[in-house]
Amino acid sequence: MTFPPNERKREEPQLDLKPIKLKDNPRFAAAKMAAFQYVTVAIFLFLISGFWELQIKSPEIYNERAEKNRIKAFPIVAPRGKILDRDGRVIVDNHSTWSLILSRENLRDEHLHEIAEGLHLDYDDLLKRVNRFRKRSHYEPIIIKEELTPADLAFVDSHRDPETFPELELIESQRRLYPDNGILAHTIGYTGEISESELDIPEYAKYDQGQIIGKTGIEKQYNDSLMGIDGERQALVDNLGREREVLGIKPAKPGRNLQLTVDLDLQVVAELALEGKRGGVVALDPNTGEVLAMASRPTFDPNKFAVRIKTKDWQEITGDPGNPLLSRPLQAQFAPGSTFKPIMAIAALETGNIDENTTFNCPGGATFFGHFYKCHMTHGPTSLHRGITQSCDTYFYNVGNKMGIDDIAYYAHLTGLGSKTGIDLPNEASGTVPSTEWKLRNYRQKWYAGETISVSIGQGALTVTPLQLARAIGGLAIGGVWHTPRLTRQAKDDPKEWALNQENVRRVVAGMFGVVNEGGTGIRARIPGMDICGKTGSAQTVSNDYAKAHNIKDNAWFVGFAPCYKPEIVVAVLWEEGVHGQFAAPIARDVMKAYFDKKVHPVEQTRLESKDPLPALHP
Amino acid sequence: MTQTRGVKDFDWAMFAVVLAICSLGVLQIFSATHETAFQGSWWKQTLYVVAGIGLMWAVASIDYHAWMSRAYPLYLVAVILLVVVLLFGRRAFGSTRWIGMPGGLRLQVSEFTKIVIVLFVARYLSDLRNDVLEIRDALKLTGLVAIPMALVAKEPDLGTALTYVPILAGGVLIAGLRWKYWAMLGLICVVVFPVAYATLQPYQKARIVSFLDPGRDPQGTGYQLIQSKIAVGSGGTWGKGVTKGTQTQLRFLPVPHTDFIFSAFAEEHGFVGVMAVLGLYFILLMQVVQNAQTSPDRAGVFICMGVGALVLFHILVNVGMVVGRMPVTGIPLPLMSYGGSSIWSTFLMLGLVNSVRVRRFVN
Repeated sequence: MTFPPNERKREEPQLDLKPIKLKDNPRFAAAKMAAFQYVTVAIFLFLISGFWELQIKSPEIYNERAEKNRIKAFPIVAPRGKILDRDGRVIVDNHSTWSLILSRENLRDEHLHEIAEGLHLDYDDLLKRVNRFRKRSHYEPIIIKEELTPADLAFVDSHRDPETFPELELIESQRRLYPDNGILAHTIGYTGEISESELDIPEYAKYDQGQIIGKTGIEKQYNDSLMGIDGERQALVDNLGREREVLGIKPAKPGRNLQLTVDLDLQVVAELALEGKRGGVVALDPNTGEVLAMASRPTFDPNKFAVRIKTKDWQEITGDPGNPLLSRPLQAQFAPGSTFKPIMAIAALETGNIDENTTFNCPGGATFFGHFYKCHMTHGPTSLHRGITQSCDTYFYNVGNKMGIDDIAYYAHLTGLGSKTGIDLPNEASGTVPSTEWKLRNYRQKWYAGETISVSIGQGALTVTPLQLARAIGGLAIGGVWHTPRLTRQAKDDPKEWALNQENVRRVVAGMFGVVNEGGTGIRARIPGMDICGKTGSAQTVSNDYAKAHNIKDNAWFVGFAPCYKPEIVVAVLWEEGVHGQFAAPIARDVMKAYFDKKVHPVEQTRLESKDPLPALHP
Repeated sequence: MTQTRGVKDFDWAMFAVVLAICSLGVLQIFSATHETAFQGSWWKQTLYVVAGIGLMWAVASIDYHAWMSRAYPLYLVAVILLVVVLLFGRRAFGSTRWIGMPGGLRLQVSEFTKIVIVLFVARYLSDLRNDVLEIRDALKLTGLVAIPMALVAKEPDLGTALTYVPILAGGVLIAGLRWKYWAMLGLICVVVFPVAYATLQPYQKARIVSFLDPGRDPQGTGYQLIQSKIAVGSGGTWGKGVTKGTQTQLRFLPVPHTDFIFSAFAEEHGFVGVMAVLGLYFILLMQVVQNAQTSPDRAGVFICMGVGALVLFHILVNVGMVVGRMPVTGIPLPLMSYGGSSIWSTFLMLGLVNSVRVRRFVN
């Protein structure tokens, strides 16, 4: 191949009509071309130093970042342990659901509106949540909806492609399934996502953002063993977060199942008996402290709390004047009224202030320190036995007057009143046992002897919880040992003993037998052919005048146990504004009846093994 | 004196270097696009290169003086075409850069305008026939080059518009502008920069901001810079191997077959591969300069140096961007980046250089 000849000669006149006088020496710029070469070398050195910096000096940093780019860990949520009743029946279960997470690498804020719309979420809530996560690590996913419905799943499936909403990602998760009629709700509590404020508490330091933890009740108390350890799936992803290859799976370690001492049969009876009332029931085995039933009404649906409660539901629950979140057996502190009288009786007998023959006359009341204290009726000359069976206030006014407040307080404390029982549940209330010291410390005031008279019949400043009352009477009934109430067998029992004269115990128990079986105030607790002991209480919560003006009724209490000798079960019932203790008695009776019926007809094994042991809880 | 030369006078060293660079480019395009929507790109690029070589030979065979004499009309045609693009061009990726051609081909006029600018500057400066460039002429030339620049910047395609600057600057340097004017030019740049910055498009500003501080915009161009640095750095000394670069294959690297092709290459071939390719580019540039040095006349010098300055600028800006030392401007790496317009305009320019070479001075 040849190139055409140089045409310069021919072109020259066209370019410049002047004769070529000036030099057209191509070497005119030799130095400048050399300068260009030096500039080239400098630029290449500049570029090479860039590669040197990245590829030779610190490739590890970039390697690590490249790995972080492409390898992504997807959490595998460990199922929480199930919660079982004492017969092994499932009370709290899990079910798997799909949750939707937003991967933030691909998140575009302008998508949020449509995503919120498609999933029926509140846009402002969603935006708030996304903003809250903005400060955190980029690789932490934001869970935006749990319990996806088939419609949600269809929406996600059709929109998660890279062109539409690449940030949508599904994870399978485990969700708590509680009995949906609120059975045992207060005792079991509920779970929820760990909150900002909790994360700041040192004892929560072991948990991570976004984890589901027990918030109240058993769920909180035994959170660590129930929780399990989350696993993770490592996968190769591309820039849109699409999985290309699974690299490895670390399976989740499920939480341990937890068996409660609660007997669902008794529990259901207690719940039904309380239906429509405000109050609490607690049934214990006084010999071990094991809780057989623990019910509180009104109740709530813990399923609403299971992960994140909706604002509307939360306002509904907290705004309810019945205070459904209050666990009444544990946290309701009220004057025990006449249910305190057995404790007064044993204290007076033990201190020798009275004996079985001591009688006081009841003319419908008595005057102490210039003030007349009414009895609810005229009992005439009254012995200890009649004093208990007929619940004669005058009798116990006299007993209290003889003992003095500090002896009363001392013995009340011995039975466990005035301090937490130590049950394995959080947020227990301690009640109040007043004394001269107590008044001085809390009010900087002297004790007035007249106050002792009120405390003698379980009024005044004295307050107890149903749990304390059940434990106090149960310990007394078994002869003077007070076990720590507990919901699981592994919880520690720290029994308190008080060397009682067993004759004195028998006398008090006899009185309580009379309450139920000898035409006393607790006759409604009677089951023919069964020896049930008990004591009613009707306690004022406010002054008489105020109660009349505002139509506030007395609280109804009943505490009972059975059998009289070597009791196996003690039940305390509080019915707020139940008017009179005799109306609380049938509730305790039903629970005790369920207990003894079951001894005759134990839970059939076939029912335990069937898939759905408790159809009532899964309607 | 000048003589007509045959096949053996063609710059075979340059040709070998160019072929090597193009082959590595095709390999990298294959690696970066396999199993993607662009997976046919490597053979298309091969066709572009083959066609480009033909263009180069064709241009080399024509005496460059033929272009010199038509430099001014060519300049006018280019300006008119750029106006046409602005008025009727096809929009893509937010700017109007292409005009449709029969057969579905799209041509990026601004790419070919580069060649016209090279010819125009060479003609203008060689006509002066003086060892010293007067400031009046320098300003006049600058004004004339500014017209197509402004039109391209309006598309908006600031990156390509900026590539006209080194052609002008290289020409003015060779023509011999006095040093005091260079000093003044430097001063003016310092003054003008803030004003120019204020007139930039928001996305252009964002690019500069994210270049200075990539962390501020980890999703936009800052993201591109960060991912490019990760790709390059993780390549290490020896690279991860063809089709093994995770940043490239998993698409963390943006446009790994066009603007960021060298980043993908650096990830898969490491520092050693980078040195080899930069070495090839260096030889290419030195060959261009050598051809300038042996040019039979001033016009040939200006053509070669204009092409050299342009290619050097492309390498500086594109490779500098890949290692995070230059902002993201979106200008391709000559001979490697995928794209017909870029490949052809580069081959056309190398054809011009060879046209100068084959008519060189031999003692």
